[in-house]
Order: sequence, then C-alpha cells, then structure tokens
Amino acid sequence: MSGIVATIIAKYNYWIYICLMMIGLYAMITKRNLIKKIVGMNIFQTAIILFYVSIGAKRGGTIPIIEHAHGGQSHAVEAVHYINPLPHVLMLTAIVVAVATLGVALALAIRIYNRYRTLEEDEILSRIRGS
Amino acid sequence: MKKLGLLLVILSGALLLYATVDFPLWGDPSSPASLHVSPRYIEKTMEETSVPNIVTAVLADYRGFDTMFETTVIFGAGVVCFLLLRVLGGEEGDHYYRHLPTGVTIHVKGAKGKSLSGEFERIDMLWTPYDLVIKTACRIMIPFIQIYALYVIAHGHHSPGGGFQGGVILGASVILLAISQNLRTALRRIGEKTVGILCAIGVFIYAGTGALCLALGRNFLDYAALASVLGTDPVTARSHGILIVETGVGIAVMATMIWIYNNVSSAGRYDEGL
Repeated sequence: MSGIVATIIAKYNYWIYICLMMIGLYAMITKRNLIKKIVGMNIFQTAIILFYVSIGAKRGGTIPIIEHAHGGQSHAVEAVHYINPLPHVLMLTAIVVAVATLGVALALAIRIYNRYRTLEEDEILSRIRGS
Repeated sequence: MKKLGLLLVILSGALLLYATVDFPLWGDPSSPASLHVSPRYIEKTMEETSVPNIVTAVLADYRGFDTMFETTVIFGAGVVCFLLLRVLGGEEGDHYYRHLPTGVTIHVKGAKGKSLSGEFERIDMLWTPYDLVIKTACRIMIPFIQIYALYVIAHGHHSPGGGFQGGVILGASVILLAISQNLRTALRRIGEKTVGILCAIGVFIYAGTGALCLALGRNFLDYAALASVLGTDPVTARSHGILIVETGVGIAVMATMIWIYNNVSSAGRYDEGL
C-alpha cells in the first residue's frame, strides 16, 4: 500500500493531468448534451496545457526571461538557470486557439439549436429521423 | 452506453498512468524535454535576437511559421463564426425603450423599421433595470485595461507578454463594454466591418513582414533582412521585426475575440447581446 502511495506522490502532477483528461474524455463520450460535450473538450484541452507547462519546469530555474540591465552582459547564460521556454511557446498559442475553437463549437451549437430547438443528442436524432 | 464509456475511460486512464512510470520526475533539469532544443534557445537568444524574453523570441522568430499559421487559424475561426451565424436582414419583433428623463420603460410591438430616438434609449429585453453602478465602474476600468493591454504588447520583449496576451486583454475590454452596457453600444464604438477588416489586417501584417523579408533577399520571416529598411544592425532588426509581428498578432487576436463574441452572444442578429 505504501508503495502505491509513494508512486502517486512522486509523480502526482501526471496523475492530476490524467484524471482531468479522463474527466474531459468521459464527458465527451457519454454526455448527451452538446454544451456538456464542449465543456468536456475544454477540460481535455486544459489537461494537455497543464501537462506541457509542467514538462517545462526545472527545479531551481527561473522564468525564461534573461536577466539583463542597461549596460550589457554581466555573466554567461546557462540553460540550467532558466526553465524550458518551448512548452510555454506552444501552449501560448494553443490557449488562444482553444478559445477560437470554443467559439466555433458554440456557433455550431447555436445553429443546431435554431434548427432543432434542442441540444440533446437523442432528441436531435429522433427529429432528424422523424422529419 | 454510459458503462461502456466509463470502462473505456478507465482503461485508457490506467494505460496512461502505467506509462507515467517511465516519465521524468517533476522539475528534473535533465529531463529529455530540457536537453535537446531548448538549451540552444536559452543560450543563443540574446546574441542572435537581442530579446531577453526567450518565449517571445522563440514564438515570433525561431518558430515564426508556427505562430503565423496559428494566427491564420484564429482568423479562420472568426470567419467561420461569422459565416455560420450572421443573419442579414431587418430587425423585426418587439423592442424595449426607456424614456431617459422619467425612467419609464415602454414596449413597442412589431417595431419594423421604426425606431424611437431623442429622449428614448433602446434597452435589452432580458434585463430592463437601469444599472448605474455597473456602467460607471466599467467606464472607469476600461481605459486602464486598454492601456495595460498596449503595455503588454509593447513590453513583450522584456517582461511576460506579447501579441496573444495583449490582444486578448484588448478584446476583453471591448467585450466588457458590451456586457456592462449592451451590444449596440459596443458596436457603435467598434463596428462589424471594422472588426472584420482589423482581423484581416493583423494576419496581413504578419504575412506581409515575412514577404518583405523575402523581397529583400533573405528567407521568409528572416527579420535580419529588415536591417537596411530600419537602419539598424541585423540583430536589432530581428528584435524590431518581432515587435512588428507581435503587433499584427495583437490586432488579429483582439478583432477575432470581439467578432466571435458579437456573433455568438447575439446568435448573429447583432441586436441584443448578453
């Protein structure tokens, strides 16, 4: 038992992302309401963003802005002192794109609602078959 | 169906958790992700681009193509929202007006083509009370939010910030206006056409800078080519090129956020928002 707890604590960050990601996936698979599906998709995206940002972390590293002052370089820059900037760059764009895709998803949901007057999947299906 | 979904989710979650056994520990400086590409960025950014913020330098210079197409994706999302939702045509149905000196709310049925003006102010049907506190508080806050957004864009070289963040804050300030007053007030400040054109201008600034570099004899988005135009050395020209591109990104992101909000909140009718 203590062995399992130790493994969870050692890599608790991955456990958190995987739990979040599975919550999102579960919502996307099983929920019948389209808005709930969209919310699930956003939770999934958030889990991936957190995962990437945590990959960039370095113990003892500071934010990836090189220490500078007017008057030039004082010392050499070493990679160990700064956290990995690459995941931050990737996720910076991913966050804005996530908002944009959320907008498109909501627009589609509005169109579906205007046409079928419901956002429940099974009711939409029955209306498609019925008419 | 629900049980099958739960089973699938638990199975894939367990598989992923099993894989984490081989993953590096949190904050490990010698993890594979921190060993291959990023040390080059961290050590060379200052001498190659003279931009202290490595994230900005990688975003707009080293990975310039990626960011350009991300901006295009955002532009595309704005256009798709517009095409899916926008309903053209006259406003029909009932309108609510408030008589400003007395505060009386009147209900006009079938106000087709007619509109009251002068002492009357059109109000949303879902929310009729006169909310002075919210309007005044937002009127005070919005200019400061916008100045802060411009600071975030312009100071992205030296502090956390850049086009994406500043653009979102700028867009949020206009959306705050639309929420605190109503959608029509925000549309009078920044109209539908303006938003669409700004959205395209942002992407055009980005791609145009790249094409200018191409015309000046270097690779696409190689800002060192701008040195002769800007009158600086190639390293400083990279820094300036990044600023130009970030401005384009900021404009595109701001316009897209407003565009998506306008379309989604009014379901494409542009009469009453949230």
